[in-house]
Amino acid sequence: MLEKVSFGVVAFALLWPGFKVVTARNLVHTVFWLGLTLASTAVLFIMLQAPFLAAIQLILYTGGLLTLMLFGVMLTARDQGLLTVPNASHRRAFGGLLAVAAFAMLAMAITQTTTLPASPTAPITTQQLGALVFTEQALAFEVLAVLLLAVTLGAIVFARRGDAGSATENTANSIPARKPLPAPNAAVSQAKGA
Amino acid sequence: MGLSAYLLVSAALFCLGVFGLLTRRNAVGILASVELMANAGNINLVAFARFNGNATGQIFALFSTALTVAEVVVGLALVILLYRSRGDVLVESASELKG
Repeated sequence: MLEKVSFGVVAFALLWPGFKVVTARNLVHTVFWLGLTLASTAVLFIMLQAPFLAAIQLILYTGGLLTLMLFGVMLTARDQGLLTVPNASHRRAFGGLLAVAAFAMLAMAITQTTTLPASPTAPITTQQLGALVFTEQALAFEVLAVLLLAVTLGAIVFARRGDAGSATENTANSIPARKPLPAPNAAVSQAKGA
Repeated sequence: MGLSAYLLVSAALFCLGVFGLLTRRNAVGILASVELMANAGNINLVAFARFNGNATGQIFALFSTALTVAEVVVGLALVILLYRSRGDVLVESASELKG
């Protein structure tokens, strides 16, 4: 009984902010509702006996990603009109219909499948996870490292392209050219050479 | 709670993400919707790992978390690029490829 009630509370805390994420007018509110959804997901992970993933979820999503998205909102909202863009009204009916239809289909598939495992097994320990990452899944881990490097480089290239050369239409909004680094101290370099 | 309860919650979250993806006009809002959908997928992975007793499911969720964050980083870089060249981040203003 208690388990059902707590599950209901967590599910509500997950879905209501999720609904607000897609309907809130103010983008800053959207980002904060998203944070609440992601935090509720961490609680759901704890209920699923995955404490390590819950911690990662809180640190990476709620800590890192939320800050990043807030920066994204602040950097791109020049005035209040851009911050509170209403949803496209002509696509609302179509989007709602598609979402409801997709949910009906998924719910039917889930409830009618009889081969789902009925009861949970022994919880997976973090030690098991660590052993698996560095043995069986080591290749995927390395590929992920390469991908993160590519993403870092790509983000830098994209973000710097604006101030590299060709003047864009609204130069007032682009960040000014950076000052060159100061020349290395002549006295220091001489002292090192000596 | 049974596995199907978790699957239903994650399906609802996924469909909310679909709705947001189709109706949002601001690029940051679209990124947030994609985030919801990825999150629903993660819940599924962890739930199946718990009920099947297979740790690889959790590893998969871990990798997918990292991938999602990387995707949002690139997405935000693109949004800022869009803002620099257009002055706004509405997706309908970037329509050069529309025939």
